[in-house]
Amino acid sequence: MTVGHYDYCVNTDTLLERGIVEGVLATAMARGGDFAEIFVEDRATSSATLDQRRVEELTSGRERGAGIRVVVGDTTGFAHTADLSPASLARAAEAAASVARAGGGKTVTISLDDYRGHDTIAAELPSSVDKRRRIELLMQADEVARSQGDAISQVQVALGDSSRRFLVANSDGVFAGDHQVRTRFNVQCVATGDTGMQTGYRPVAGTRGFELLTPEAIAEAAKGAAQQAITKLKSRPAPSGDLPVVLAGGSGGILFHEACGHGLEADAILKQASVYAGMVGQQVASELVTLVDDGTVMGEWGYLAIDDEGRPGSRNVLIENGVLTDYMWDFMRARKEGRASSGNGRRQTYAHLPLVRMTNTYLLEGTSTPEDIISSTPYGVYVAQLGGGQVDPTTGDFVFGMTSAFLIENGEITTPLRDCNLIGNGPDVLKRVDAVANDFSMTPGTCGKDGQQVPVGTGQATMRLTGVTIGGTAA
Amino acid sequence: MSDLLELAQQIVQRAQGNEQIEVFVASSTEVEVEAYQGAIENLTTASSDGVGIRILRDGASGAQVGSAWAGSLDADSIEMALREARDNVQFATEDEFLAFARPDGVAAQTLNLVSDDVERVSLDEKIAMAIELEQSTRKADPRIRQVDSARYSDYISSSAIATSTGIAARYARTGAYLTVSPIATDGKDDQSGWGLSAGRGPRDLNLDQVVIDAVRRATRMLGAVKPQTQKTVAVFDPRTAATLMSIIGGSLSGEAVVRGRSYFAGRLGELVGATSVTLIDDPTDPRHFSASTYDGEGLACRRNVLIEDGVLNAFVYDTVSARRAGTTSTGSALRGGIGGSPSAGCRALQMTPGTMSQDEIFRAIGNGIFVESLNGIHSGVNPISGDFSVGVTGLMIRDGELAEPVREATVASTLQRMLQDILHVGSDQEWLPGTAAGQSLAIDGLSISGS
Repeated sequence: MTVGHYDYCVNTDTLLERGIVEGVLATAMARGGDFAEIFVEDRATSSATLDQRRVEELTSGRERGAGIRVVVGDTTGFAHTADLSPASLARAAEAAASVARAGGGKTVTISLDDYRGHDTIAAELPSSVDKRRRIELLMQADEVARSQGDAISQVQVALGDSSRRFLVANSDGVFAGDHQVRTRFNVQCVATGDTGMQTGYRPVAGTRGFELLTPEAIAEAAKGAAQQAITKLKSRPAPSGDLPVVLAGGSGGILFHEACGHGLEADAILKQASVYAGMVGQQVASELVTLVDDGTVMGEWGYLAIDDEGRPGSRNVLIENGVLTDYMWDFMRARKEGRASSGNGRRQTYAHLPLVRMTNTYLLEGTSTPEDIISSTPYGVYVAQLGGGQVDPTTGDFVFGMTSAFLIENGEITTPLRDCNLIGNGPDVLKRVDAVANDFSMTPGTCGKDGQQVPVGTGQATMRLTGVTIGGTAA
Repeated sequence: MSDLLELAQQIVQRAQGNEQIEVFVASSTEVEVEAYQGAIENLTTASSDGVGIRILRDGASGAQVGSAWAGSLDADSIEMALREARDNVQFATEDEFLAFARPDGVAAQTLNLVSDDVERVSLDEKIAMAIELEQSTRKADPRIRQVDSARYSDYISSSAIATSTGIAARYARTGAYLTVSPIATDGKDDQSGWGLSAGRGPRDLNLDQVVIDAVRRATRMLGAVKPQTQKTVAVFDPRTAATLMSIIGGSLSGEAVVRGRSYFAGRLGELVGATSVTLIDDPTDPRHFSASTYDGEGLACRRNVLIEDGVLNAFVYDTVSARRAGTTSTGSALRGGIGGSPSAGCRALQMTPGTMSQDEIFRAIGNGIFVESLNGIHSGVNPISGDFSVGVTGLMIRDGELAEPVREATVASTLQRMLQDILHVGSDQEWLPGTAAGQSLAIDGLSISGS
């Protein structure tokens, strides 16, 4: 049988033996550091793409290495290496420790806690899946998408998975590890008509193995992507200006990720670089808004048993009934404030420093129904799917793209609209939430910050904003 | 470190039977210093290596290809990557156009893209630059209340590509950057700005200019308001114009064209832009930060004139997209790092500058919007349909002069229309990191959404 991954050749459960880890941390602390940490990662990835019914090249990747940081006061030294030999790790530890200039020659003994290992929740590990089956899954999506209509002129299907094992240990005694398996499947369609080309897109993704990719899930994604592209052929330019907006459940959650999530990350708060700095306890949103960041949502794209600093993932209420309750914290930022991390310390790979990052960020559902919200909107825009977005945390100004949207006229969804951006201000838009329905769902996404990409989930139920600027071209 | 090209060639020797091998190896070191409140916040020193292996096998109705990569250059990792790449081959669909590059007789230009200063300048000096950047920015204007990030970074990278079809290329580059993002306040309103200086080495950087630029961008946005919804002329500054050109460059990729994903498909020889538009992809111009001796397949980079006086003249191709289109590679394969496969794309775009300064353009158009930042590019631009709708900040232009700052606005059009609607190309060409150089660009007929 052909199997889709490299075999792991690290034979201890902990990626590195306790004695080596303790020795590296002792070296890192020898120049007088306040704190030292080693993060060891071993990641195997694979991807396959079907484009116009052609299987393009399958790619497998393997990356492993260690990142070591040493903290002295407010200064962090960081070094990483792809060579896990004790000599190379010692060199990295010394390089990271070079920020501790005054010290030297201290003898430090590190004694780690008992190892806390976590195993993946994936039922069907990517490494156990035959490559032929991967190809069949791609073909299945292609067939379903093409069966949706002759207008479908292009179908591109991509499948990717990653199996990431890591170990994190620090001079406070933390000694923990996790195995995170993620699987992602995307269908992208192009429909061609007399008005040109339009695109449709649907992802299926989770912190799961191949059990995620059921025939039903794949068919739904393929159908959704194809129908979206076909529908958009009839689209007309979106209006421009301030209009009521109804966001369908699921991808609308990115609004909260952008509009306030980034501004609630403690690094921006401590540098007074966020509009939400100093606002805990204040009413910052409509009473309908209860916003949660939750690393514990089993199997969601942003799920984690422990974060990349060894802290258990947790459910943190950020805004409760419109009142700001707390920010998100990583180890460094929490340490400065003398509090505990909220499990939001994440890094793209061992070669990156941890940052405060979101996990699964969502708005709790309300009591309205989606139908009531639409029928009580005389004129506005219904956003069925949002694409990516961007925010300036200093001002709270955000932008995000509508990849499937319709006009609402007299309480009914009518004409599809061409792709365009929504723009607004976080603190302002949070106050404009005037209805939240009961049809909660989540969507996977990739969040970029300071050049690091991490998987996140966003979610909400169908909801309405009393006014958002639509960046279309029609009057 | 052993010679990368020799290493790549050794791996190529491992080809079995009727297979061909392409090996890409890369090695780099980097330093990054972030300063905050007069001290080092983060100091990163690191080195990375990697290898990407692609294996191609000829079959009855074309070739198949498979690939694998590893984030280190030890023998075990290379062995595993070879094994995986070989195993992956059998699953690909046979494709008559698939092939690795072969030497095409075009000689590589000698370009000096390496500054010895990256190694020569001490770490202490680099740390001092980051701290000075942070402190000078803080002191530059009383309205600066915070410096969110101030960073010095540099890298030395070398790569090699070898194939069993005779390609043997080796190249190196260095780069150094200063970036800063201050926050300005007027007591009621906060605004962020950013500044950047890039060079091959630390001695090429202009710290004072970064500070002036970042502080000006932050302070002049204070009191920004939402503009009125209108259709008007937008003047893009060199940086945002460079972003626009790199987006348009994406649709000039022969790969996008042969796959039916470009609005330029089938339009060679047609007038696609204003006659003032000449767009060239020239990685052999050493002034360009993305200049390169070789492309991602190891062919010599060359100058390609894509749009000349508004007429669509050529697309850029790598080996496979060229074969599909019935032409030859233009030396335009890009490679997204170790794990990426080559694909056709623009690397070092520049427009032929016009004759007017930015101020002259403001006076010529009279009224409009001056765009200093673009937001939501990845969500607001559809490269297939050409739909364009992005968030902007900047200043209004009234009676030929800059007026009030504006925020929370979008500008929208289509990329096709925007090229046609270019009114003026500025003379203020600026070499920037990324795919495109920039200069001021006035474009008519943009819809601004505001209040």
